[in-house]
Amino acid sequence: MRALSLHLAVLALLLALHFVLPAYHHANLARIMVLAVFAMGYNIAFGYTGLLSLGHALFLSAGMFGAGLLIQHFGLTAAPALLIGTLAGAAMAALTGLLALRTAGVSLMIVTLMFAQAGYLTLLYFGAVTGGDEGFPVPAAGRVAFGLNLAAEGPRYLVALGLFALALMGNLALVRSRFGRVMVAMRENEERSRMLGYNPFAVKLGVMVLSGLYAGAAGAFYGVMFGYVGATFATIPYSILPLLYVLLGGAGVTLGPLLGAVLMFYLIDLASSHTTAQLAVTGGALLVLVLFAPKGILGSLRERGLASWLP
Amino acid sequence: MTTDLAGLKTNRRTVLGGLAAGGALMLGAAPRFVQAQSSAPIKLGFQLHRTGIGAAYGRWYERTTQAALKLLNDQGGINGRPVEIVFEDDGTDPKRGAEVVEKLTTQAGCDLILGPLFSHVVIGSAPRAGELKVPYLVCSEGYHVASGMLNRWTLQPGITDVRAQVSSMAPWVMQNLGKKVTMVFPDYAFGHDHRDFFTEAVKAQGGEVIAQIAIPPTETSFTRYLPQIPAETEVLYHVMVGPAVLTFVKELGEFYGSGARPQIFGFIDSLEAVDIAAPGLEFLEGTHFWEGHCRVKQADAPEWESTYRAAVGVDDNGASVSDARDVSTYAHMFSCWETLFVIKKGMEASGYQSTADRQKFVEAIEAMTAFDAGLDHVQGAKTFNGKTHQVFGQQFISKVEGGKLMRVHATSIEDGMYPDAVDYTAQSF
Repeated sequence: MRALSLHLAVLALLLALHFVLPAYHHANLARIMVLAVFAMGYNIAFGYTGLLSLGHALFLSAGMFGAGLLIQHFGLTAAPALLIGTLAGAAMAALTGLLALRTAGVSLMIVTLMFAQAGYLTLLYFGAVTGGDEGFPVPAAGRVAFGLNLAAEGPRYLVALGLFALALMGNLALVRSRFGRVMVAMRENEERSRMLGYNPFAVKLGVMVLSGLYAGAAGAFYGVMFGYVGATFATIPYSILPLLYVLLGGAGVTLGPLLGAVLMFYLIDLASSHTTAQLAVTGGALLVLVLFAPKGILGSLRERGLASWLP
Repeated sequence: MTTDLAGLKTNRRTVLGGLAAGGALMLGAAPRFVQAQSSAPIKLGFQLHRTGIGAAYGRWYERTTQAALKLLNDQGGINGRPVEIVFEDDGTDPKRGAEVVEKLTTQAGCDLILGPLFSHVVIGSAPRAGELKVPYLVCSEGYHVASGMLNRWTLQPGITDVRAQVSSMAPWVMQNLGKKVTMVFPDYAFGHDHRDFFTEAVKAQGGEVIAQIAIPPTETSFTRYLPQIPAETEVLYHVMVGPAVLTFVKELGEFYGSGARPQIFGFIDSLEAVDIAAPGLEFLEGTHFWEGHCRVKQADAPEWESTYRAAVGVDDNGASVSDARDVSTYAHMFSCWETLFVIKKGMEASGYQSTADRQKFVEAIEAMTAFDAGLDHVQGAKTFNGKTHQVFGQQFISKVEGGKLMRVHATSIEDGMYPDAVDYTAQSF
């Protein structure tokens, strides 16, 4: 009950911020909420199930290009494009998972990284269709869903919040479900879970698909809401980004990705105004984190018993 | 602060009762702001590639812009108001680029934004500039402004695009270097523009591109691509961008050694910010390059050339006056300088006073047709097409002689012109 109240309170706070934030932070928060959905998907795989992937940029870009290309080349409107883009992320994760989940640990990292690179180079190779590294702006007509212009500040924020709310409550329900507990069991002791009759491959594949669904949704919404689709979103940094968000906010905590995304976004934003070494600042922050709070901010709070009820 | 408050008041539904009190305070503050507005500095935002793949350009774009800003203010600013520029790093990344447009516009309260070079950053940021209805003056080269891909708020009045550059030079290359061309280019959009428009221009001149060698941008060594150059090649056309350019050029030299080689024609992009006298580059002697602006001061340079070089801090060889090893991105960086002076002309023509005049500013730029050569257009005279938002100018071909780039040909402005693909003036704001 306490957990549910907290999640609802966070959503209420985000809604209230819509009315009071200045323009700059209002737009930033819309971006952050979509990025947090991406990180939430990553958290399902990494934080709860222990699958350390370095290929999530592939699922993000599958969603982004899935939606963007349909709008650009087939004139679809936003709603069907967003749906298909989201499913494209899940489909890409299923395909990758089928092959990559034959490995584990460091090998999984390397194999997923390779898949993501292959995806990136494929986008460049078919540059005539995908726009290659330059990408393309999403046509205005394709940024309207159910009469809502996603290019306008107000609807964009509220749609981002809607997506985030759906993702967060879905995540909460997932980790409290029977399947959620099996996910954690896989993370803690895969062999023992197998002995108890679970099929680790099937569970992990299901997790990858769910994770890809989140990433695909984030990619599709990001592309359509902010009007640009490009291959840079398929590069390695975008695979590492959700990992950093999750590590900072708290791995295996439902609210960790949001907190991590907010802090990391503003850390980079503030640092880049004062130094060219913003990556060093980010690296330094992560170093401090690993030394003093290796489970991330919320993870450490939970571990130290200050909020042991956090899901 | 004022901008933020204004954004809050006009764009957000006010649900907090406290805002009523805030509104009263703002009413009190409003006359002071209006009063200050007429003499307050005009604030321009510069979207800078300070880090990332474009950092070498960014460093010089910032220096050039600072120098132009000083001159502009020494001349009395714009509309009698001083001008200041807020530089913000975009990491040469399109996602961050759009965020920087946001930051400069809604947080820093800039009147307009200028400066980005890399195509993917421009294309990633332009939609946001269009949504915010802020003039976005890019210093890019890809064929994306004039192609109609962007929007009415995006303009390129300071530098020509790749389409104009390559098509204007093809006739000279055909007549002087050879008709069978092999192209080596990066396998992404900038390279594809070269591939498509140069191939088309070569064909129009009766020549033939006999091989197109696309190199993936992740490549760090080029030795396995060079043997693909056909032996009957008369002209090797090369263009590379990014950290691996020096490796590319060195490996090209090692590949041919001291033996026979085709004529080599490159884009200076392959060697921007690189000292052409660096060890391993000796083989470039006698080869040709496109230059947007001649790096080495030519004997017939106009009188303003010295003033420009001194202001930017560049010596006669195109390197920093304080460090001869710090070679500038001379062929491109004039675009920032010239863009700033176009902004001055546009603001003066539109009587620009505040952000409410942004639309009038864009319309004033669209009405422009020509820029005369001089200290505010240091690279040379230009023709501006208000419909396509694209400027056209001269291109230069230089030959490496005694380790220095010496100009051997200058195209006319008309050589680079092509039919309009868009009429932005017909689009709504």
